[in-house]
Amino acid sequence: MTSAVAALVGNPNAGKTSLFNALTGARQKVGNYPGVTVERKVGPLKLPDGRSIEVIDLPGTYSLDPRSPDEAVTRDVVLGRQAGERVPDAIIAVIDATNLRNHLRFVLELKRLGRPMVVALNMIDLAERDGLTIDVDMLSERLGMPVVPTVAVRRRGLDALAAELAPLLDGAAAGEALPPGEIVGLQREARQLAAAVTLGQGVARRATQNIDRVVLHPVAGPVILAAILFMMFQAVFAWAEAPMTWIEDGIAAIQGWTAARLPDGLLLSLVNDGLLAGVGAVVVFLPQILILFAFIIALEQSGYMVRAAFLMDRLMARVGLNGRAFIPLLSSFACAIPGIMAARTIDEPRDRLTTMLIAPLMTCSARLPVYAVIIAAFIPDRPVGGAFNLQGLVLFGLYAFGVLGALAAAFVLRRTVTKGANQTFLMEMPKYQAPALRDFAIGLWQRAGAFLKRAGTLIMAITVILWVLVAFPQAPEGADGATQIEQSFAGRIGHAIEPIFRPIGFNDEIAIALIPGLAAREVAVAALGTVYAIQGDEAEVEQSLVERLRGAWPLPTALAFLAWYVFAPQCLATLAVAKRETNSWRWPIFMFVYLFAMAYVAAGLTFWVSSALL
Amino acid sequence: MTRIDQLAVGVPAIIVSIDRAACGDLVWRRLHEMGFDEGVDIEVLHKAPLGDPIALRVGNTTIALRRAQAALIEADISAVAVREAAE
Repeated sequence: MTSAVAALVGNPNAGKTSLFNALTGARQKVGNYPGVTVERKVGPLKLPDGRSIEVIDLPGTYSLDPRSPDEAVTRDVVLGRQAGERVPDAIIAVIDATNLRNHLRFVLELKRLGRPMVVALNMIDLAERDGLTIDVDMLSERLGMPVVPTVAVRRRGLDALAAELAPLLDGAAAGEALPPGEIVGLQREARQLAAAVTLGQGVARRATQNIDRVVLHPVAGPVILAAILFMMFQAVFAWAEAPMTWIEDGIAAIQGWTAARLPDGLLLSLVNDGLLAGVGAVVVFLPQILILFAFIIALEQSGYMVRAAFLMDRLMARVGLNGRAFIPLLSSFACAIPGIMAARTIDEPRDRLTTMLIAPLMTCSARLPVYAVIIAAFIPDRPVGGAFNLQGLVLFGLYAFGVLGALAAAFVLRRTVTKGANQTFLMEMPKYQAPALRDFAIGLWQRAGAFLKRAGTLIMAITVILWVLVAFPQAPEGADGATQIEQSFAGRIGHAIEPIFRPIGFNDEIAIALIPGLAAREVAVAALGTVYAIQGDEAEVEQSLVERLRGAWPLPTALAFLAWYVFAPQCLATLAVAKRETNSWRWPIFMFVYLFAMAYVAAGLTFWVSSALL
Repeated sequence: MTRIDQLAVGVPAIIVSIDRAACGDLVWRRLHEMGFDEGVDIEVLHKAPLGDPIALRVGNTTIALRRAQAALIEADISAVAVREAAE
């Protein structure tokens, strides 16, 4: 017998995901609904009577009248129309106790479905702090369903909520199904209900308003935003340094261990130069990626992200974008794939398409390994103006270059391919909240896990294929590494495409690395590692890739390579997601062509100008 | 009657009308989902740099919207005094 299913439904900002995390802990499974790219999160919950049930966390929505694929999933699951998902046995409506008027409107809408329901009156502590006293019994009586006060971030009220769920699953207390209500009528009913059950007269959200007075100040606001972003990028480099050294040393130790045990030959080469060198070159950047994710998750969970969108809207509107695009674009700094998927929250199709098309121009974390190696090899590590570091400044410049390129692209796109009227910006600004450690940890775990899964499977496969391309056909006995690379498959492909890239300063090795680098940007580092590790003699193999590149590339080539990576469509996964999200090949092909053109021009200009100057 | 894009920061008012035809059904419905409705108390809390968008207190929640949409909503400042006197 399959276990019963309860679905969490609620407005965005009701604390739904916190409640889900508190109820199910770290044992949740993240998957996808078939046919759409909406995340399906499910986790187990043990009821007081010993039964184990499944809880589904549905995407946040303001009503059952969807405007995005996420919201459509919530409606379809609740109505039992979602393919592959049974009708939930019970609905847990999560509402914000400090915003009863709006959230009760949705509860009243859900109630008309006539499904077994319980209300989690969440953030009750914040309501009390604001001086609002809510008559829970009266609310329960008037709604005709159990109401349980909860504080998800402090795990308060969870047992009571589970206890109220049990009778619902036994088929009790399903209400009468009514036709969907008209929104204004529901709003007024909700306002009356909220007024009737709210006893204290508090001043809501005073703390949040005080913070906003500073954070949204016309002058201080943008300064704070810029400072946060700048600190984020400095932290990515500074804090990750020590753990990166440990990982590098660890990989080297494993390579030494295998070298001592395996006979010299193809197998050892596959393990050390293919597998370990390839995967190691990527895993070493995990600390940086974790720090980047950590900042983005903390900004999201604290409520600051929407403020950033608010501050940025006017600027984004200049190039025909929506302030809402700020969040998908900021997520794209971690990875364009969640960024493109997050564009689903933009309800205007042209705004959404434009946002998806420029998302790959945001410097994703997969570029970091590439930037990090080139910067470490060619940019001197020296202080600038006391507080900063030249390497950090160059990295910041590359990020800024990507953002400017994205804004320019958006400006042109909105006047050509995605032409249309300017749209709205309408967003709720949630209360500020210190991110709960559990929610932060689970969020970080899930995002880092997704990244590692990609690195662990895709990149492993790619590096092995590349190793084969580089190791075969084998050169005659006694030939040196240079001869081997020259006549390998990889060398031949590199030779074939090199003429395209020669004008912008790229050599054979870069041309070889670009091909596997199409699978994911960071693979280019692994590819360069493999290409150079196999090319050199043993002493050279022991040198790190950084030192190897320093000897092999002229500075203009390195700079052109950096410029290429700011714009280049070097990620098949991004194109695949764009295909899925737009449901056609037209836009991913367009994306590839326009990004390739931008990258070629940018790398070319960089090469020609720096060759002339240096 | 004041269009709410013209309201000064910190002056409470009560929504009198939302121009459904000018909003379009989609925006009109979204505004209602966010808590806008005739009779709801509002107040401009913040203006973004360059004055657009604006952040409004709508009942107990804070909503950001562009001036272009705010201009389609009319509010009454004096109605606040009337309501307070009644309470």
